[in-house]
Amino acid sequence: MEPTTYGWLVLAFPLAGSVLIGLGYRLLPGRSAGWIGTAAIALSFAATMGALTQLLDLPTEERQLTSSLYDYASAGGLDIQLSILVDPLAVYMCLVVTGISTFIHLYSVSYLSSDRGYARFFSYLNFFVFSMLLLVLAGNLILLIVGWAFVGFASYALISFWYRRTTATEAGMKAFVINVVGDVGLVLAALFIFRELGTLDLLAIFEAAPEEFSTNESVAVAIGLLLLVGAAAKSAQVPLHTWLPDAMEGPTPVSALIHAATMVTAGVYLIARFHPVYEIALTAADVAAIVGLATLLIAATIALVVTDLKRIIAYSTMSQIGYMVMGVSIGAYSAGLFHLMTHAFFKALLFMAAGSVIAAMANRQNIDLMGGFRRALPFTSATLLIGCLALAAFPGTSGFFSKDEILAFAEHRGGFYWVFAIGGYVGALLTAFYAFRIGFRVVFREPVPEARELEQGHLVHAEPENPATGEKEDTDVGFPGPEHHIAERAWPMRIAMSVLAVGALFAGFVQVPGVTDTIHEFLHGSFEHSGFYEDIPSDAAEWRGLAVGAVISLAGILLAAIVYLRRPGTTAGLVERFPALHTFLERKWYFDELIDAVIVRPALGFGRWADRTFERYVVQGLVLGAIETARGANAAVRVAQSGYLRSYALLLVVGFCGLGVYFLIAGGS
Amino acid sequence: MDITWYLVLSALIFAVGVAGVLLRRSPLVILLCLELMLNAGNLALLAFSRSLGNEEGQVFALIVMVVAACEVVVGLGLIVAAYRRRIPLNVDELRSLRG
Repeated sequence: MEPTTYGWLVLAFPLAGSVLIGLGYRLLPGRSAGWIGTAAIALSFAATMGALTQLLDLPTEERQLTSSLYDYASAGGLDIQLSILVDPLAVYMCLVVTGISTFIHLYSVSYLSSDRGYARFFSYLNFFVFSMLLLVLAGNLILLIVGWAFVGFASYALISFWYRRTTATEAGMKAFVINVVGDVGLVLAALFIFRELGTLDLLAIFEAAPEEFSTNESVAVAIGLLLLVGAAAKSAQVPLHTWLPDAMEGPTPVSALIHAATMVTAGVYLIARFHPVYEIALTAADVAAIVGLATLLIAATIALVVTDLKRIIAYSTMSQIGYMVMGVSIGAYSAGLFHLMTHAFFKALLFMAAGSVIAAMANRQNIDLMGGFRRALPFTSATLLIGCLALAAFPGTSGFFSKDEILAFAEHRGGFYWVFAIGGYVGALLTAFYAFRIGFRVVFREPVPEARELEQGHLVHAEPENPATGEKEDTDVGFPGPEHHIAERAWPMRIAMSVLAVGALFAGFVQVPGVTDTIHEFLHGSFEHSGFYEDIPSDAAEWRGLAVGAVISLAGILLAAIVYLRRPGTTAGLVERFPALHTFLERKWYFDELIDAVIVRPALGFGRWADRTFERYVVQGLVLGAIETARGANAAVRVAQSGYLRSYALLLVVGFCGLGVYFLIAGGS
Repeated sequence: MDITWYLVLSALIFAVGVAGVLLRRSPLVILLCLELMLNAGNLALLAFSRSLGNEEGQVFALIVMVVAACEVVVGLGLIVAAYRRRIPLNVDELRSLRG
């Protein structure tokens, strides 16, 4: 089969799964919805593997294949086809998305098995994977935007999955609205591209862009910046990031799937995909890199003080995505995408482990209440620590190789790009510290009562309540309720976590400087015309970077060990000494308040003014004026309607006489 | 053959009809006068038809008669109905369609 045929199959399986589960949920017995969903994604992964093997058989320069099902719209020079583009980048993304998603589905089969919305969950989840794959495989901008918007919707549906939980529905709306801001940026970029280049086909754009635009031409920069708006909203980059931490209101597998492994990488993919544009619009690329750097530092500092377990991981996601955005923006494409893959492994793993811990804590997420789970949850603790090691870029783990490759490239690029390297290393120190803030506090120290009970073989249950508001949860529509599922007692969860743990530990070895170069080689076909792709740092420089990274990572972990294990009171002391800083970080740099003051309040004020002043005086005035005019006019006309039959007849006769006279005169002359 | 006299007669009958419609108040008489006007028209049509040797005018007159018959049916029906309901048969009083 052609690689493109496999491409269509990749799309078909999750869509079929979503429709089947969504329509047939009444007929599906027991937990079969979950298994169908998992199988659909697994088949999709198999199809991706098929596409991969087919693609590898082709010579490097022929590895960009398009296929079109039918003409979607064709008018005025616009030719939109339902077409996919199968190239190394797309296949690589599909591998990450379907591979990680398969295990997250598998995990969810157990984790959500006592949830009332079980089938609905899997239908959404399959739809989400379908949307993401559509985004990645799209052969033209229109289809890409369609996938982009589908992803936004799917994330809304999944964040608000427990729809009677007010905080969840609000978080869903927030995510949706911010995503729409990004959609607007993307659509405007598409319009600019069409106006300037006359095509929306991706390959045609990439071919035409270097010829039509000169370096840093203002239109190209505008396109780059508008694409960046889209990427920032989807990838939770400053200042469009506030939806991501709130999105943790959804079920934990959703956090793992959407907000760690796949959806948030869409922005990274977009920037990498549009690298021909960014290499012309260098200013836009620099702005994107600065956004990435700012995000990685801001998110890392917030992750130091947040106490909600899932939110710490969410901020670490933001921070890691910041690395990727920075990487693909400065030209370290293969490094950025490599980090995307390793991050998908260890972040999904961290969320899964966190889900297991939260279940053991009877749905409480505050890490201040956790501790000492190493004996109660041995398997979860081990995987959590593996995830933390990879996140902290501990030497030898996957995150170690990928993160340092980005920073080595930043150093290598020279100029002012060393700022990104320095910022990245500072971020790495913070990352290692907060990673083991999670690791040490949850796994080690004194066991909390929940852990002690679990050691006796008894899983703690509690009336579920919303940690944000203290409301009692409504379990009728599908909240885990009194039944929780920990990895130690559910084999699908254990399998999923084991596989991801192996990935988190060893995925880095596919690309070790001077030894292996798999990803860089494979992605070459998509970056053939890039000016930066082959301009990679020497192996010596990379190993130097790795050494620095190793030292920083170990320092961060050591610091965390001192602060959280040796002298447990340290953090409280710091909070007392720097209360202003602590509040500043705890309020997340006041971004929510900033957006509230700059956008929400003015918009509300404008709305109020429109309601009270504009509506009352202008709109009402116009309407009443129109009514009065019509009334006056018809009063004048009514006089003629006397009701006297004979006067009507007279008018008729007079009229006809007039007509006759007119024709006599006109005919006579 | 000169058709002037036919046309004069036709015009006279038509004028009588118009005067009747405009001056009389009884619906019955108005209906009669309408018939007069229609038949004046018929007379003119027939006269022209004979004068020009074209039969279409005669056919036209026949059709006008059919229409006139229909109109009388409806008109008389209305008058009878009004009479039965003790509604005054005076068009000046029947003016509920006043705007």
